[in-house]
Amino acid sequence: MYKILEKERLSEQVVRMKIDAPNVAKKALAGQFIILRVDEKGERIPLTVADYDREKGITTIIFQEVGYTTIQLGKKEVGEYIEDFVGPLGIASHVNEYKGKNVCVIGGGLGCAIAYPQAKAFYEAGANVDIIAGFRNKELIILEKEMNACSNKLTIVTDDGSNGNKGLVTDVLNNEINNDTKYDLVIAIGPLIMMKFVCLATKPYNIKTIVSMNSTMVDGTGMCGCCRLTVDGKTKFACVDGPDFDGHLVDFDESIRKAAMYHEHERSQCNLEGFKNA
Amino acid sequence: MPNMSKVKVPMPEQDPNIRNKNFLEVSLGYTEENALEEAERCLNCKHKPCMKGCPVNVQIPEFITAIKQGEFKKANNIIKETSSLPAVCGRVCPQESQCEKFCVRGIKTEPVGIGRLERFVADWAMKNIDEKSIKPVSNGHKVAVVGAGPAGLTCAGDLARMGYEVTIFEAFHVAGGVLMYGIPEFRLPKEIVQKEISTLNDLGVKIITNFVVGKSETIDDLFLDGFEAVFIGSGAGLPKFMNLPGENLNGVYSANEYLTRINLMKAYEDNAVTPIYKAKNVAVFGGGNVAMDAARSAKRMGAENVYIVYRRSENELPARAEEVHHAKEEGIIFKVLSNPNEIIGDENFWVKAIKCDTMELGAPDESGRRSPVKIENNEFILDVDCVIVSIGTSPNPIIPSSTPDLATNRWGCVIANEEGVTEKDGVFAGGDVVTGAATVILAMGAGKNAAIAIDKYIKTKIY
Repeated sequence: MYKILEKERLSEQVVRMKIDAPNVAKKALAGQFIILRVDEKGERIPLTVADYDREKGITTIIFQEVGYTTIQLGKKEVGEYIEDFVGPLGIASHVNEYKGKNVCVIGGGLGCAIAYPQAKAFYEAGANVDIIAGFRNKELIILEKEMNACSNKLTIVTDDGSNGNKGLVTDVLNNEINNDTKYDLVIAIGPLIMMKFVCLATKPYNIKTIVSMNSTMVDGTGMCGCCRLTVDGKTKFACVDGPDFDGHLVDFDESIRKAAMYHEHERSQCNLEGFKNA
Repeated sequence: MPNMSKVKVPMPEQDPNIRNKNFLEVSLGYTEENALEEAERCLNCKHKPCMKGCPVNVQIPEFITAIKQGEFKKANNIIKETSSLPAVCGRVCPQESQCEKFCVRGIKTEPVGIGRLERFVADWAMKNIDEKSIKPVSNGHKVAVVGAGPAGLTCAGDLARMGYEVTIFEAFHVAGGVLMYGIPEFRLPKEIVQKEISTLNDLGVKIITNFVVGKSETIDDLFLDGFEAVFIGSGAGLPKFMNLPGENLNGVYSANEYLTRINLMKAYEDNAVTPIYKAKNVAVFGGGNVAMDAARSAKRMGAENVYIVYRRSENELPARAEEVHHAKEEGIIFKVLSNPNEIIGDENFWVKAIKCDTMELGAPDESGRRSPVKIENNEFILDVDCVIVSIGTSPNPIIPSSTPDLATNRWGCVIANEEGVTEKDGVFAGGDVVTGAATVILAMGAGKNAAIAIDKYIKTKIY
């Protein structure tokens, strides 16, 4: 059992929790994730390690209430417990080779919760970090202060322009590239479709682009292959070979269709709980 | 006067057409009368040939003699001296190739039902004996066990009985390994597995779940934490795929994923939170016990047609004869001499059919096994909406890749001798992580041998 030490709502549906999980905090690095189970009937879901405090044994997660499990998790309060919490899992991002280089971290929506710890790790490793963060509207903006603190330049855009900066993350990226900003690395984290379009934008310029794949997972340790995807024509398991992959080699169309496999089941689970946004 | 019946006392079973719609145990176990009658078939041979077939050396004639005397508790104590998981072994051991293979009665007739009797005793003890095992006096030495499957549980149990302070580190949220995620409820009820594991707690074994050795901590970290030896029993959980076109379509599972969702996450229960696709027509690729488990599970999930698609003939099926028999009784359809070459999808990226080559058996190879050879222009298509790939597993690379000085062979198996000694000081290994996917009881035997080697190593520091 893992105690919830702090809980904070970052926007209407996005929650940040600090969990007492010393076994995760001890070794966690940017780019890695955990698997949790809310209660003993629950399913196992993956969430990125958003931050950690090795001394205090605290691991931070950020999640969006999108379905049955995340809604259950969102109902938990400080002092209550999560049944299972295992990690760190997956391969950490290779940050050290980018000291002094130009890195652009792109986050889409909740993807910013994953992009932020990566940006922070690159920034602390001495890279010049630009962050481009995209949200649907002003109300959904999260982690602005945190992202500002770990970047040389932060650009936040909204789909509807409600923050006064209308556009898509790819628009900002294209502008930067056209204005002769030389990126050594682009990292894109967000919805599959966004990552796909970032990769399409960087490909002609041959800018190395890493994406963080958010496949469906069960165990998260490589024993089932639920999270498999095709990279450069080969089958990979996102949980042990990733979750970061070379975006120019990922078969996004396949991953997008795979992500829909359990939509029907997920909807019926949410209806059981009277979830209005399903 | 011994019971000279040529056949084992039959074990009551659920009717095939009822059991293929539920996840309750198929075999119902012996009654006391059944057990007494079957025990009388044992001749109590002086040279005990049956025992050499048992990887954990259960004193078979002794415990059967106790049954004959109606001393079920005594029988249980005799088994427990050498076996940590008798209720499990009595159910899932392939006795026909172990203890019962060497039974004298088996030369001319059916051997004594040793597995059935072991199961009877273990189940009787669970129901009727309330007293707990007592933690032995500690010898002050700490040993870490990686993985709470059959190998790790046996090694831990034996070390605890010798007085070691044992901690098991398990990646999943429950202990049991393949006993929990792999073997289905209808062959091995999970409640029985957990009860059996709880006897280890009584012996003082600590089990830490949600701990991935190689990620949460490395093997070397465990030594820094004060463990004097480490046993690796992390199994062979990495599924193999066939690299066929269409293998990443929706509706294609590895047997590990399909069975984990069903067994560990209980996706078969109404209102289960973990989803599973309820297919109408299912093809299972492979012919081993895992393939049988997957096929029989799919049938219980409501599939109308479940096919075992296997490239050799029925004689070569690697699954136990009993499992094949049970599967057939439950309506599983066997498509042997069929080799899938493509999985065909519909416009929404879901499985729609499979394409197979028809095979024939060629000349025997060096190992004496006849290889399947494709018959040209003899392809056929089978309409299915789900495929379960069950062609084997290999060891998970997380531990070897995080322990550079631990030697592995070209199949990714940790190299260890029969005593479980690896090439890294203080590190022992056994079970599927060493042999590749094998049986529960062989893993338990390996755990047992490693416990002896670990004891010797800690007491003498000779590695």
